[in-house]
Amino acid sequence: MNRNTFLKTLVGAAALSVTGLAALAQSGEPIKVGEINHYKRMAAFAEPYKQGIELRLEEINAAGGVLDRPLEFIFRDDQGDPGEAIKIAEELMTSEGAVMLTGTILSNVGLAISSVAAEKQWVYLAAEPLADALTWSQGNPWTFRLRTSTYMQAAMLAEQAAKTDAMKYATIAPNYAYGKDAVAAFKEVLTELKPGVEFVGEQWPALFKIDAGAEVQALERSKPDAIYNVTFGPDLAKFVREGTTRGLFDGRTVYGLLSGEPEYMEPLADEAPEGWVVTGYPWYDFTEEDGANKTFVDAYQARFNETPKLGSLVGYMTAATVAAAIQKAGSTDGDAIRQAFEGLGVATPVGDITFREIDNQATMGAFVGTTALKDGAGVMTDWTYLDGADYLPSDEEVAKLRPAE
Amino acid sequence: MGLFIAQILTGLANAGALFMVASGLSLIFGVTRVVNFAHGSFYMLGAYVGYSLMQVLPGMVGFWGAILLAGIIVGLIGVIVEICVLRPVYSAPELFQLVATFGVILVIQDLALMIWGPQDLLGPRAPGLKGVIRIMGEPVPQYDIALIVITPFVAFGLWYLITKTRVGTLVRAATQDREMVSALGVNQAWLFTGVFFLGCALAGLGGALQLPKGGADLLMDFTILGSVFVVVVIGGMGSLPGAYLAAVIISVLNVFGVTYAPQSTLVLMFVVMVIVLMFRPFGLLGKEEIAGEHGQVGEPERPIKPAGNRVRWLVAAGLLILGLLPFYSGNFAVVLVTDIMIFCLFAASLHFMLGQGGLVSFGHAAFFGGGAYAAALFVTYANTPMELALVLAPICAGLAAIVIGWVCLRSTGVYFAMLTLAFGQLLWSLAFQWGDVTGGDDGLVNIWPSDWASDNDIYYYLAFVLCIGGILLLRQAAHAPFGYAMRAARDSARQAEAMGINTKRIQWVAFTFAGIMAGLAGGLFVFSKGSIFPNELETARSFDALIVVFLGGVKTLSGGWVGAAFFEGIKDYLTRFEYWRLALGLSIIIVVILGPEGIVGSLRKAGERFGILKVPEDAK
Repeated sequence: MNRNTFLKTLVGAAALSVTGLAALAQSGEPIKVGEINHYKRMAAFAEPYKQGIELRLEEINAAGGVLDRPLEFIFRDDQGDPGEAIKIAEELMTSEGAVMLTGTILSNVGLAISSVAAEKQWVYLAAEPLADALTWSQGNPWTFRLRTSTYMQAAMLAEQAAKTDAMKYATIAPNYAYGKDAVAAFKEVLTELKPGVEFVGEQWPALFKIDAGAEVQALERSKPDAIYNVTFGPDLAKFVREGTTRGLFDGRTVYGLLSGEPEYMEPLADEAPEGWVVTGYPWYDFTEEDGANKTFVDAYQARFNETPKLGSLVGYMTAATVAAAIQKAGSTDGDAIRQAFEGLGVATPVGDITFREIDNQATMGAFVGTTALKDGAGVMTDWTYLDGADYLPSDEEVAKLRPAE
Repeated sequence: MGLFIAQILTGLANAGALFMVASGLSLIFGVTRVVNFAHGSFYMLGAYVGYSLMQVLPGMVGFWGAILLAGIIVGLIGVIVEICVLRPVYSAPELFQLVATFGVILVIQDLALMIWGPQDLLGPRAPGLKGVIRIMGEPVPQYDIALIVITPFVAFGLWYLITKTRVGTLVRAATQDREMVSALGVNQAWLFTGVFFLGCALAGLGGALQLPKGGADLLMDFTILGSVFVVVVIGGMGSLPGAYLAAVIISVLNVFGVTYAPQSTLVLMFVVMVIVLMFRPFGLLGKEEIAGEHGQVGEPERPIKPAGNRVRWLVAAGLLILGLLPFYSGNFAVVLVTDIMIFCLFAASLHFMLGQGGLVSFGHAAFFGGGAYAAALFVTYANTPMELALVLAPICAGLAAIVIGWVCLRSTGVYFAMLTLAFGQLLWSLAFQWGDVTGGDDGLVNIWPSDWASDNDIYYYLAFVLCIGGILLLRQAAHAPFGYAMRAARDSARQAEAMGINTKRIQWVAFTFAGIMAGLAGGLFVFSKGSIFPNELETARSFDALIVVFLGGVKTLSGGWVGAAFFEGIKDYLTRFEYWRLALGLSIIIVVILGPEGIVGSLRKAGERFGILKVPEDAK
């Protein structure tokens, strides 16, 4: 074989393999999505979320995938470290061939990814981080948020609180951005709905380092009519136990942000507080009337042989949203997906949600109800599902909160 | 008045678990000189084991039996760790063992996740002690009273064991001079193992005792570690009554802090520690440290020499391969290596003051994060261009180092380390709390390089020049007369002083220089990531740097960056697997056992043995 023929053969083979790959891509090459989360650091929250994604992916791919290609998520652990998450985002998008990014629970990691997404023009669907900044003060055209934001959930509770006679409120929230946002939003909405309410005490325990006995004494000292609680996880468990033992909750209504989510309610078992007004996820109560909600819960239990958490629902909705966005975009091009997200409608177990064009926030709502004990476990009763779209500030205010695009 | 008393009682109850964990740490350090980072992990294990036992053992007897058994079981786990992991590395340089304990933390975290699952476990209530009693109208939980009563008994028992028994005499003797004890025919190995058992059992007991006030979760190992170190240091390393006093002071102050200054809880104990150490440099009841680097175990350190020709060529070739990286590898490799180089500069800066100056800092992230925050703040509020911000970052970090160094260098040894830790924590809480300026934990975002450097490849070269340049500059300083003066101050402050070296000033300059270099690394970091969060100021970040310095080899010139490159590289690879913490922890432990002189030191030795490197004349 002389040199020329050899080179020609080589070029030919290369050309063939390239076209071959392209053809393959159209028929069966999976569409990859980069999913970054704190799978180890927050295992209790991230695992159900991951299973939710897997469940929806199996359904999607069984039905033929997206754009006739299978949809695939690449799961990566960022150790809860923003710098690490940015590095992984870079790897997923530039060498793993992901078409967009999803994930995170911690707000600071979400903000870090959202910042790099805007700079490099990658689509990022922030699945679980709650920070208001993500869609407002630090919002950008490439970042979309699925879950009901801090403001929305706090507004729902404030609306419930405004219906009662309580005038003096005390708050307890972990001392970091989420806790501060949650208290500020509750105060703002409640004061608006019911001028004259008074906030008599504010407690700020360090996250996961609560000194529950001291916090309870301090709250008792301010003699409030009602208490607004933002603590969660191990902090919540300690707070509930000390508060119950010392009688802090006697004769007082407590409004608990996220407190009704199975993630936080289940560890409390028969010590779950009664009579708290909370946002959460009453999966155990769904009947045939709840339609898609019930279908999802049954499918999840059948697939994983365990009960769903709120994270499971969010994971399921994340995969559904990604599929819907790529389907609508008609391609895997980043900008096309971004445009598809504007005003995107997604059918989910909790109903249809829309990604608002004005701030890229989805209108996913939350279940609000009152806690009670049933068969030795904490449950939500008298719950309703409130649509997130009704608990956002007016468009003019949102426009002011968000940097101009 | 009733409230006041109730608050004091709450504080006393909280002091219980804290004291037990802290006294265990203090005992272990006193005898073995091991700073046991994994002590929080034994506390966590105590909680988990106690929880599991309480599920099987019924009633009041079962409850208290479970607590006791949990302590014993955790103590035995501690013995296994001591025999398998620590025994092989006792002869390594001082503090090297903390790398091994860091590996143990990672292993225990993943094992606990495997065994008990991710969900938080709520501790069972103590049978018969579920209610409250009223003291002047204020409710006080019965279990709190139980804790208040139990703790002094444990403390007294310990005190008796240490001061009145033969075992205690041996332990005290070993604390003062362990070589002498072993020369007198005491089996030192079993004495160490015994102390480790006792220390870990106390941690386990603390973990099990707090169950009715909380529970078991996977984050509790780190959440208690900071306060335990603070308590041990305020009380005085090795002092049991000191640990009890400090635990009570911290816990009671914390209760009042919660009530009257709710936002203060993040920093309160660190402020107390700084104040105490300013007036009593060895803690409330501690004694001056006698031991130290001088006359310590292990091989004496070799004099530092310029690299030979062979090594120079090797380094030049390595730099060439690194410099051409963007031409033959993908985009991600460029990003990854940028990250690694920045971390290498950070580690090298710590290695400089630790290896050459003998200054062990637990808070070096203050300068890394400080530099990063300085750059980010200038960009956010003054629209400073990247070029200027990269100059300002090391300057600001250097200024911070001047101030912090002035305070910290008043103490030495572990107390110096704890003061740097406290300042790191203060800076962290400043960034964390001062949300209006620093964005709190939502951080500062959109800090990107100037247009010309925004391409990953270009930024790679910028980082390449600055990081490699910085590392070479640090190396140069070690060879300069200044480096000799640093080593003199490290090895024998008195002789150095006698020769006219102002050791304190030398150390102060070294501290500042290391701070400047860490600040440069921080500045490069923030522009490579585009954002900065308080994470970069956390104690965990300081420990990352500390670990890699020891891993690479303290007593070598290149240990810092070699350890950093190894650690970051292996971590990037391992995090792709499900149980990566277990794998990383085991890798660290294996490296530590195989190479007690660190990676560079052990490689050098191997090279000499196989004739690849020349053995220097003075080492023969």
